[in-house]
Amino acid sequence: MPVFDIFLLEAVVNGILLGGLLALLSLGLNLVFGVIDVVWICYAELIMIGMYAVYVLHVQQGWPLVMAMAAGIAVVAALGALMHQFVIRPVLSAEPINQLLVTGGVLFFLQAAATLAFGIEFKNLGVRLPPVAIGEMSFSLPRIIAFAVALAGVVATYLLLTRTYIGTAIRAISQDRQIMPLMGVNPNRVFVVTSALGGALAGLGACLLVLQYDIHPAIGLSFGPIVFVICVLGGLGNMLGGLVAAFIFAQFISVGGFIFHIEWGYVIAFAFFIAVMFWRPQGILGGK
Amino acid sequence: MLAVSKLGAGYGSFQALFDVSLEVNAGESVAVIGPNGAGKTTLLRAISKLIELSAGEVTMEGRSLKDVAAHEVIAHGISQVPENRRLFARLSVEENLKMGGFLPAARPKYGERLAFVYSLFPHLKERRAQLAGTLSGGEQQMCAIGRALMSGPKLLLLDEPSAGLAPVIVQSIFELVKRICAEGFTVLIVEQNIRQVLKVVDRAYLLETGRIKSSGTSAELLASDEIRKAYLGI
Amino acid sequence: MSRATLGVGLVLLLALPLSGIGAYPLHLIIMCVLWSYVYTSWSIMGRLGLVSLGHGAFLGIGAYMVVMLWNHFGVSPWLGALAGIALSVLVALIIGIPCFRFRIVGHYFALVTLALTEVTRLVIVALRDQTGGSLGATPDTALAQGASVSLGALQFSSKIAWFYVIVAFWLLGLWVWHRIDRSMTRLALEAISQEEDAAASIGIDVTKSKLFVTVVSAVMTSIGGVLYAQYQLYINPDTVSGIGISLQIVFGVIAGGMYVMLGPTVGAVFTLLLAEGLRLALGEHFSKFPALDLAIYGLLLVLFIIYMPKGILGAALERWHKRRATRPVPAPG
Repeated sequence: MPVFDIFLLEAVVNGILLGGLLALLSLGLNLVFGVIDVVWICYAELIMIGMYAVYVLHVQQGWPLVMAMAAGIAVVAALGALMHQFVIRPVLSAEPINQLLVTGGVLFFLQAAATLAFGIEFKNLGVRLPPVAIGEMSFSLPRIIAFAVALAGVVATYLLLTRTYIGTAIRAISQDRQIMPLMGVNPNRVFVVTSALGGALAGLGACLLVLQYDIHPAIGLSFGPIVFVICVLGGLGNMLGGLVAAFIFAQFISVGGFIFHIEWGYVIAFAFFIAVMFWRPQGILGGK
Repeated sequence: MLAVSKLGAGYGSFQALFDVSLEVNAGESVAVIGPNGAGKTTLLRAISKLIELSAGEVTMEGRSLKDVAAHEVIAHGISQVPENRRLFARLSVEENLKMGGFLPAARPKYGERLAFVYSLFPHLKERRAQLAGTLSGGEQQMCAIGRALMSGPKLLLLDEPSAGLAPVIVQSIFELVKRICAEGFTVLIVEQNIRQVLKVVDRAYLLETGRIKSSGTSAELLASDEIRKAYLGI
Repeated sequence: MSRATLGVGLVLLLALPLSGIGAYPLHLIIMCVLWSYVYTSWSIMGRLGLVSLGHGAFLGIGAYMVVMLWNHFGVSPWLGALAGIALSVLVALIIGIPCFRFRIVGHYFALVTLALTEVTRLVIVALRDQTGGSLGATPDTALAQGASVSLGALQFSSKIAWFYVIVAFWLLGLWVWHRIDRSMTRLALEAISQEEDAAASIGIDVTKSKLFVTVVSAVMTSIGGVLYAQYQLYINPDTVSGIGISLQIVFGVIAGGMYVMLGPTVGAVFTLLLAEGLRLALGEHFSKFPALDLAIYGLLLVLFIIYMPKGILGAALERWHKRRATRPVPAPG
């Protein structure tokens, strides 16, 4: 057996591609937690709704794909903002665990609403793209597109947070909430904008996922925990940490799945997470 | 310009201020002096609407601030430098100043106001990209004052600018305040450091346990027996 | 509520199967009591601030250990249960020790426990050759023709027998809740939740107290998994492990009241009534609205946390106490 295994390389590259997508997904969650200090346990369900939105608009209503995706992003952004205003805001002064649990209620509700609206059969966007071959390796085109768009999303978010007034306000409020009014900033408005941004990132993630996977009301349960784990691994609230952790985690999934069976890749990745928690519970880049 | 009339305020069931009345006229510099716990910070918080008034009223240029929300006060021309600076530690100096100019009405003037602040504080300009949390105490105070100036306020509130600073730095801070007053800003400053602050302002009010005990020009107060015995140790 | 009322209630409950109610209502009550037991087991941790989203792991370990060891190795469920309990304790320690040593609390703790239940679910699914994966598993029957009881295999064909077994565990769970409530551990943990450093400085071993409660909760929940597997005779990774069931447990406890002994039980009853009530109300239309009960749970969970964080029983008791306090004192003489 050759020392250099082309299929191992393929697994590594696939891991990098997956890492990009997971990085985007973790960004939204970390942003909301880092700024508002709330964990959206229903984050994956927001993504699921985004996926259905794209499906409905493109497959059922016949909109062009890109338009459907733009609308999907807007839908989830609005959902995030509404959720903050009506569900989270009332409990902002209660114990943090209540805030997490209240989004648990939203999780049930969104799953159920999707089941009522769409039933439990798997739906697919029906977009077929040819694989890309490099030498003996073969990569899925949607996955490559997802990687590129995800990175663009991360860069766009970075620019928004550093170059605009509202972005600077978002970063400021996570450092000192109480004096924001002195600068003419309405804290609630910043939180709503942050929630909309978190929702938009989830929506973008949904657009990228819907290209590759089938939709089902309960799919949130399959990738939700992965996103949470990546965020905690990188240091909850730390956006850069989430990016780093996403790539590491994705490598474990991809290479582990290559060496053993695909499902064991996930088990190994999670076990890695638990091991890191022993060594550095605040996360790789987390501070206390 | 600013008129506080029979103000009462506190925290929950604890009332900190009783029947406080004072006024600040355009171009003046006024101090509220008093010992620790007298309610000085509470007073500034009440004026900035960070806490609600339980009694009385605050008017700015004749307009009542009664129904004004905390984040709207700055639009009325009142800007505060909070106690302990409260800079955004992980933002750069320039980003902190940018936050000071967040007000939509202030944004068109951002460039010129930034230049003005840097001309007042050349030290800050050198450190514009540095994280605010890594500045020294004196530099942080300069940054905090600069930040408050970015909105082009009519009235500048300063909450114990000398607190927590080394005596040498305190001296330079008060010189700075004097300079700001000289630039024509109207200033209301709250301070424990009575001797130093009275050298800088036109008038002052003495606040003790939530009530105004006396007031007068700086000269009058410096000469008064009450102040001298109780606070200046003479 | 006086002791007498509770006593009468208990007697009525125990007499229930003998009153000739149908098999289906009896099944509902058994499930209700079983979940009450599981919810109570969770709540001994939850009420002390250790909100775990990972109890699905212990439930799943208990259920799968017992069924797998029986089906593949013929090991009696009694021993299988012990194995399940042992593994659950090990897992509880593996997660608990680093978490409590490093003061991981609140949402971090919740998310770490979430990862735990996910790993459990993934392992169960990945081992599909042994566990049957997502399709689930059934314990092989030990009841030869006509036999109705196999004590060695922990299988009873009669629901009535199961009823008493599960009620017994439910009462046991309440007793454990009560003992922990009264013990130093609870006082210690409440002191800790107020001010961890202060508590530690007066000699309360924070880590040990938290670990104790966690292990007890894990053991009890694990037993719940065993009972579920042996009664229901069908288990599947999504119903006994994973985030879904974990959240359901939390919802049940929150709805009923986390800080009151019978709160979790009220929560289980409430959840059951909700599901069955909907089924009755919608009649034959029920199948047209799948997951309607889940939608309502979700909505109610949100509303409960915002408006009634103490839960149904908690809020009711609070109002009852308030009324007693304001009742006019009768004049002497």
